[in-house]
Amino acid sequence: MAGKEVVLSVQDLSITYLTRRGRLQAVSHVSFDLHRGETLALIGESGCGKSTLNFGLMRLLPKNANTDTGKIVYTDRAGQKIDVLALNTRSLRKFRWSECAMVFQGAQNSLNPVIHVRDMIYDTANAHGLNNRGEVRERALELFRKVRLDPERVFNSYPHELSGGMRQRVLIALGLLLNPQVVIFDEPTTALDILTQRSILNVLRDLKEELGFSSIFISHDLAVAAEIADTVATMYAGEIVEMGPVNDIFYEPRHAYTLGLMEASPRLSVGREELDGIPGSPPDLVELPTGCKFHIRCPFAIETCKTTPPQLEQASIGHIVACYKSSEVLEKGKELRSVSSTARVARLS
Amino acid sequence: MTTQQPLIELRHVHRHFKKGRTDIPVLQDISLAVHPGEILCLVGESGCGKTTTGKIMVGLLAESSGEVLYEGQPIHGRGRKEKSEYRRSLQIVHQDPFASLNPSHTIGQILGYPLKRHHLVSNRAELRRRIWEILTLVDLTPPGDIVNKYPHQLSGGQRQRVSIARALSVNPRLIVADEAVSMVDVSIRISLLKTLQNLRDRFGIAVVFITHDLALAKYFAWEGRVAVMYLGRVVEIGSTPEIIGSPSHPYTKALISAIPEADPIVTRRKETLPLRSDDIPSLINIPAGCAFHPRCPFFVPGVCDQEVPALEPLNGYGQEVACIPLTQGMGLSIRESTAAS
Repeated sequence: MAGKEVVLSVQDLSITYLTRRGRLQAVSHVSFDLHRGETLALIGESGCGKSTLNFGLMRLLPKNANTDTGKIVYTDRAGQKIDVLALNTRSLRKFRWSECAMVFQGAQNSLNPVIHVRDMIYDTANAHGLNNRGEVRERALELFRKVRLDPERVFNSYPHELSGGMRQRVLIALGLLLNPQVVIFDEPTTALDILTQRSILNVLRDLKEELGFSSIFISHDLAVAAEIADTVATMYAGEIVEMGPVNDIFYEPRHAYTLGLMEASPRLSVGREELDGIPGSPPDLVELPTGCKFHIRCPFAIETCKTTPPQLEQASIGHIVACYKSSEVLEKGKELRSVSSTARVARLS
Repeated sequence: MTTQQPLIELRHVHRHFKKGRTDIPVLQDISLAVHPGEILCLVGESGCGKTTTGKIMVGLLAESSGEVLYEGQPIHGRGRKEKSEYRRSLQIVHQDPFASLNPSHTIGQILGYPLKRHHLVSNRAELRRRIWEILTLVDLTPPGDIVNKYPHQLSGGQRQRVSIARALSVNPRLIVADEAVSMVDVSIRISLLKTLQNLRDRFGIAVVFITHDLALAKYFAWEGRVAVMYLGRVVEIGSTPEIIGSPSHPYTKALISAIPEADPIVTRRKETLPLRSDDIPSLINIPAGCAFHPRCPFFVPGVCDQEVPALEPLNGYGQEVACIPLTQGMGLSIRESTAAS
């Protein structure tokens, strides 16, 4: 990924919500680069800031949210750099959907129940200056075929006539309608059944290969991230604590939280497993702990962790981590993995 | 295990719900037995009848036809006392910890009601001691901090522990955990399951674990059994390692091959069983014969679409499967002619 050009660059982004209890730090000092054709998966528990971050990227935050610091730089197809936070309403409209689209979770609620799917598509296209219905229709039908829907039938139906999986596919097609460079998927398979999830994942993989868009993929399910991502970023309490190529993150995690998540995820292909949860619960985002935000729950924590927050540092090529004890975490992970692989061998023999 | 008297047994249970004038058959011919201290997982996709089965087991829903036996005796037509006894022995933990606790009562009150209702405590001191004890059992410590709190002051994981504590407070013999951890974060899930496992080991409580997540079922019920449900019927049942390691029914095979794994190399090498159709048939219009036949890649025309397959033993290990080509020794093979992409 290193040599490829950067499509979306986020630098030092912080977002707070104003609540009755005070300022809630939902995203703090997040930086990352999204390259052309790359899929970045954000993993983490609920309340870790994944969704806020993405709403921030699209500038879809509610009124009580404030982007305190940071910069979002988008590079369009002509190579021109656009500062997303400085866009006025009109260019922002153009940016959304035709440059950067979002596929929301919960397909049930994202489609207008009282209009036909076709009208939704015409309206979208119309709002972005595509008035030739014939062309729009052709494009939509082609996309429907790509997401493995029966094009004619779906095009002329109401959302309630479609199943959850079909609606999710309509949303994906709708997101891709204006050929955006970046697509943000917010838990696109969460509410779906296993077999439907599988076919959506396959559709996404094929589409990505065919159309070459970059995507940011939010998921709380590690397995889905393992399936689809090129790069994985772990978020905890509004910060990216570790980011790297998918294999590095899954096989050589260096942050105690990432390791904890891995150890808490059951795998089907392994026989009997010993899993461990992470003690405690995520911190209150209004009153954040000092130092490393994870130190209260961290089995590796030392005195420094309680006072000084660790900075993101390069651990290996493309792999950054914010943890003082990253080498111990790495060793521990290897140890645990070797135990689980012997369990696997024992089962196979 | 088979010689033992089952704690609860469903025999040919059917259940339908009415919607307007149509009858929706949600459960058809379910026969399941849960033995004391056993873990049974019900897995399947949404709408397959897992929750309905669980609710019928604990008596929250009545069966439309068939029999439900508690310790060999029908649950209906019992006297008041016996009924209360049966109700007490079978408890359920619901999915949503935000909806299943009364927001205007403190945790102490919530845990106190069932104890008083079933006359398990005789005075206030005893009630207090019992509540303290239960909260400690489910790792909600120190209990003194918890009892006077309201549900909204607790996190999702803590609330679910309160739900478990409430189910546990009346010394049940069976707990039905209906997607009890699916709304809880990954990091907290495992410790909740461990609590449930410890309780089972300590008190010999049978657990019926309802989930759509097979990996979680595998972890929780390694020593138990898994029943796979599809459109209101059990299609395969057997010991967990058997079902996960060598699934027999085409639907189970498809499910297991479709689940992504938290391991990038393994998951990307996985070969998915291609289905003939992605659409789940509606319960109002269940296909004739085997309900899975319109999607099954091993579909045998003239066999699968004619007769409803019954659960039959497949091997000597107690694995049972409802698939005619399998149980009649025809074997499974993908027929290219019928496989529409």
